[in-house]
Amino acid sequence: MSSDATTIRDLAEQEYKWGFVTAIDEDRVPKGLDEDTIRLISARKNEPEFMLQWRLRAYRHWASLEKAQAEPKWANIHYGPIDYQDIVYYSAPRQKPVLENLEDLDPEILRTYEKLGIPLEERKRLAGVAVDAVFDSVSVATTFKEKLKESGVIFCSFSEAVQNHPGLVQKYLGSVVPFTDNFFASLNAAVFTDGSFVYVPKGVRCPLELSTYFRINAAETGQFERTLIVADEGSYVSYLEGCTAPIRDENQLHAAVVELVALDNAEIKYSTVQNWYPGDKEGKGGIYNFVTKRGKCQGVNSKISWTQVETGSAITWKYPSCILQGDNSIGAFYSVALTNNYQQADTGTKMIHLGKNTRSTIVSKGISAGHGQNTYRGLVKIMKGATGARNYTQCDSLLIGEKSGAHTFPYIDVRNATARMEHEASTSKIGENQLFYLRQRGLKTEEAVSMIVNGFCKQVFRELPMEFAVEAQKLLGVSLEGSVG
Amino acid sequence: MSLLEIRNLHAGVDGHEILKGVDLTINAGEVHSMMGPNGSGKSTLAQVLSRRQTYEVTRGEILFNGNNLLEMKPEEAACEGIFMAFQYPVEIPGISNAYFLRSALNAVRRYRGEDEMDAMDFLPMFRERLKLLEMDEALLNRSVNDGFSGGEKKRNEILQMAMLEPKLAILDETDSGLDIDALRIVANGVNTLRNADRAMLVITHYRRLLTHIVPDFVHVLVDGRIVQSGGPELALELEEKGYVGTDHGTQQALSA
Repeated sequence: MSSDATTIRDLAEQEYKWGFVTAIDEDRVPKGLDEDTIRLISARKNEPEFMLQWRLRAYRHWASLEKAQAEPKWANIHYGPIDYQDIVYYSAPRQKPVLENLEDLDPEILRTYEKLGIPLEERKRLAGVAVDAVFDSVSVATTFKEKLKESGVIFCSFSEAVQNHPGLVQKYLGSVVPFTDNFFASLNAAVFTDGSFVYVPKGVRCPLELSTYFRINAAETGQFERTLIVADEGSYVSYLEGCTAPIRDENQLHAAVVELVALDNAEIKYSTVQNWYPGDKEGKGGIYNFVTKRGKCQGVNSKISWTQVETGSAITWKYPSCILQGDNSIGAFYSVALTNNYQQADTGTKMIHLGKNTRSTIVSKGISAGHGQNTYRGLVKIMKGATGARNYTQCDSLLIGEKSGAHTFPYIDVRNATARMEHEASTSKIGENQLFYLRQRGLKTEEAVSMIVNGFCKQVFRELPMEFAVEAQKLLGVSLEGSVG
Repeated sequence: MSLLEIRNLHAGVDGHEILKGVDLTINAGEVHSMMGPNGSGKSTLAQVLSRRQTYEVTRGEILFNGNNLLEMKPEEAACEGIFMAFQYPVEIPGISNAYFLRSALNAVRRYRGEDEMDAMDFLPMFRERLKLLEMDEALLNRSVNDGFSGGEKKRNEILQMAMLEPKLAILDETDSGLDIDALRIVANGVNTLRNADRAMLVITHYRRLLTHIVPDFVHVLVDGRIVQSGGPELALELEEKGYVGTDHGTQQALSA
């Protein structure tokens, strides 16, 4: 094993490829958080009164939690105290507030996205994907708006939605994740600066994949975006998000909230490829990714599926969940979480069955390499009224090397005797015999590791749109480099 | 120049010496059989030749095509043309046989400075080899060895060999655990792949395999040394008399 270990360790030298910084002029508010900061953010964004009031209530709730030191501590992750007064809560590229077209966008930002492989110019985009690009605290560009408009789909930045569709925002904002939900969700509600908004009208099948690309650029800032997707009766939408950040020595906080609402017979497919800066080999720097994602299958026969590939961040704390309220509604969670070096992940899902004959599927693949610690935490709750509910959970862990760890905390709470629950779990290790077998066929060690891991993740990758599945595979390969220590 | 030259090879695991001075020369086109009792070092020889790094070489040298094999990593040895059919093939869930083999083939081609093969070129070749070996097309999309029976795994090894076209194929107890039908299919595959440019080293415990794959040379390995070499008739002799040279060997008669 020793020589395989050395070979793999050599590969660790490859750096995080997305770690560059873009030099642009920033408009930022001073560090620190109080009611004035909230008022300042709301004023910068020219928000209606209801938004300011909602933010202030959220802030007061959060402040009481902070005073009570109620930052959640139950997750299997370890990090030093976060000084919430030492963070910049609003940072925006200085540019014209509203862009008429892409030519008005700061060429530096345009180049940043080109460099990341996300060209924003519509003619260069692959057909079939509309992109919203969020740079630090604000959305800088949304492509294919016109084409979407024809079908009645609203896809824009959250800020624009607040201006142009305040009724929809007011109706659904906080309806799935209230600002009282948890510490980080409260913080987000108080200070969130932008994000994406999607509304798919009745009976419309969204003609494009929608995609948001999040980029943290500025130093000492937190990113707090908020995404709200509403699929009206009988509609369908597939939404993808990707994220990267520059290499910085200090940890940066990312506390996002995503809310999904699916009405009768509607379907939302939400896919994430998360590649925030994970910190260096010694565990210095990296993003704290503390995210609340939840979908509500409000209507009958509605369906929400979460697919996530989590390779980045120093710490990941997220549990994309489904509330299965409508009868016959379906929730799904497909996850690949990879931790290498000193990364930590505590991730999983909650499936809350309320309606009759509701079904949920959970497939979680955790990969731990280096000193990485990977925890699956999941709750399947069958409420009294959920007659005929079914859940299938599969939870697999793959260990690479001697110092990594995998942990599994499945919670099952059944209050209706008709429920059918299945739970399968496995833990395996990439063995010297597997590596040798592949190397004997001519593959280099890194190709061999990446092949084994991709095979392990196949069930999840096939849930991703084709183009992203390929990206995800490559990303895993890069993230795994240096994985045996 | 010989394809493979092993001179005074000493090797072992964890400081425990298993091979105690092996000399062996194999030329292109020849089929050699290595026989011997359990623990004599047959599999160790196979592992050393395919450069498994858990096996330590303490003395001696191995030249493959005139190059120092002991300086090569396993993937380099593979790309130079050494193929081992594993005694216990490994399962790779989630990766199809076709994808796996194309990746392996392309790794070899890259090493040799040849163009990579795309799926359009690969599939016809794959199908042709399947047909040649009389194997089922289902092997194309099934995950590598995942859920395969013992016989299917061994057949899959031969299929890989057919695709990768090695210069030296080492069959490490490929016959173990096979029923007579599976054995015949595997042996037919191997015979199909015999040619003037390809050498084979067939490691086996039993003479049974050698009635299907008739070797040019038979060697007897006992306690880490080749104690006897001869033609195919030696295998028959061994069956009658048992292994010679050690008490351990003579007690263990060969069964068919």
